[in-house]
Amino acid sequence: MTHASDTSSNAAADAPPISPHVAAVEQACGPLEHSVYRGQQRMVVPAEKSFETLALLKDRGFDLLIDVSCVDYLEYRGATHRYGLIYLLASTTTNERLTVRAFVDDPEPTVASVVPLWQAANWLEREVWDMFGIHFTGHPDLRRLVMPEAFTAHPLRKDYPLQGRGERHNFPVITRDHS
Amino acid sequence: MSIAPAEQETRPETRSEDYLWTLNFGPQHPATHTTLRLVLKLEGERVVDADPEMGYLHSGFEKIGEHLTFNQYVTVTDRMNYISPMANNVAWHHAVETLLGIELTPRGSYIRTIIAELARISDHLLCNGAVGLDTGAFTFFLYGFYQREVIYDIFETLCGARFTNSYTRVGGVSQDFTPLVIEKIRSFLKTFPKTLDDMERLLNRNRIFVDRTKGVGLLTKEEAINRGATGPVARASGVTRDLRRDEPYLAYADLDFQVCCASAGDCYARYLVRMQEMRESLKIVEQALENLPEGPVNVGIDQRTSLPMKQQVYSTIEGTISHFELAMSNRGFDVPSEETYAAIEAPNGELGFYIVGDGDERAYRARCRPPSVLHFAMFPHLIRGHTLSDVVAVLGSLNIIAAELDR
Repeated sequence: MTHASDTSSNAAADAPPISPHVAAVEQACGPLEHSVYRGQQRMVVPAEKSFETLALLKDRGFDLLIDVSCVDYLEYRGATHRYGLIYLLASTTTNERLTVRAFVDDPEPTVASVVPLWQAANWLEREVWDMFGIHFTGHPDLRRLVMPEAFTAHPLRKDYPLQGRGERHNFPVITRDHS
Repeated sequence: MSIAPAEQETRPETRSEDYLWTLNFGPQHPATHTTLRLVLKLEGERVVDADPEMGYLHSGFEKIGEHLTFNQYVTVTDRMNYISPMANNVAWHHAVETLLGIELTPRGSYIRTIIAELARISDHLLCNGAVGLDTGAFTFFLYGFYQREVIYDIFETLCGARFTNSYTRVGGVSQDFTPLVIEKIRSFLKTFPKTLDDMERLLNRNRIFVDRTKGVGLLTKEEAINRGATGPVARASGVTRDLRRDEPYLAYADLDFQVCCASAGDCYARYLVRMQEMRESLKIVEQALENLPEGPVNVGIDQRTSLPMKQQVYSTIEGTISHFELAMSNRGFDVPSEETYAAIEAPNGELGFYIVGDGDERAYRARCRPPSVLHFAMFPHLIRGHTLSDVVAVLGSLNIIAAELDR
């Protein structure tokens, strides 16, 4: 018994101190997965709580949204979810950075839009919709950003090949007679 | 007589929007400089709204990044922001080295600092030159372009390519500085300030230029932060954020320079910030060149991360083994199954890469955080209420590069 408590206190002493931002989010949303790698603080929040978490972090000084992006973990070893959304936050006053991730799954990957918090998210979320097919609820203008409107696939998904599909099958073939 | 009221009732309701005129600007237009499109709604000459559209140069760079190795992909980053390809190379390999946990040699980091700053100068020369060109100052543009040629010449001497340099490698660079390169950079450092003075004399107090840029395209500090502006665009609006100072990477911690800011947030402020940044870049290059450390340019071959120099491959057994270890398809780097983000202060703003590693020496995902996208997204906000002739001034001052925009 004493031995067990000794090791646990040792482990707590060895572990890096928990960032106050992580602690604040844990207080609001319950315990969550967080880690530090190469000096970068990351945390994983449930997708349904991503908006309130990001709103909380914005109030805590992360005023600059660096990037909204996504990773398709279809072929990733040991992955339990299909899509991982990535929110990269930074503070213009303290120069801290924080990576917030949220996982969503098929068949209808959906997450709340953060455009009400940051205007910067507008085009970034459009690009994620375009490339991965993640639906952002509450987005004011969720159109495709780089692919043409008539395009049907989401090219950065891992089941979309690098070559051989998507160029022609998306568009109607006009023969010489019909032109 | 009784028909008249009925006719009035059936007359379609007219809204003020019906009198607006829609103008299609681009995708091929001399003043967009790159392939992008704007749909402008005009009331007379005043822009009521703008709908920017992109994607004409989309080439799937991020998808290609999942199929090329860390060293191969650098050729693709050249083609992102082709105005300053060296800065993209540095950004890409900075991100890769962050993921792999590689520490550069002092000489390697100084060399990268020098070329990144030369890339910044060449980018600002073109951007400010294009603003001048679009607002009617053709001579200014030619002054800038001549100096860009000098920088291209330095790059050509350095690595054999003017535009698509692909200069960096994992753990270092492809070629060390030769005495000739150092001599060329020194002579550039000597001659360029004079040209810069001339350029400032041409435009800084030029009535036409100041009238066309001052108070145009206002971006407040709050809006700049909220809309994700970085780089000169943010600094011209009073956001004192510069990654070179705030998160010193490469050799910036050793060097003395100032972060150039303005508070006005208009096109003229952006022009001034860029002009001043070129002077600061000159200071950085000068210091880095004078204090250029001796020693190896790449990390040691014992680390098995950078391809050894050809001479080592041919004359030492370690070099040969190391070369084969890295070149064989079933060997290569030790890549952690982790995700990192690393960014540099590129000429345009924060250029970062979010790389997901899965043990393979190809990235599982290579997300590029392009500053141009966020800057182009704020264009309607900046142009609303201004006249059609201000479109080119605002567009030029944001320095949007379509290849980086669409990737």
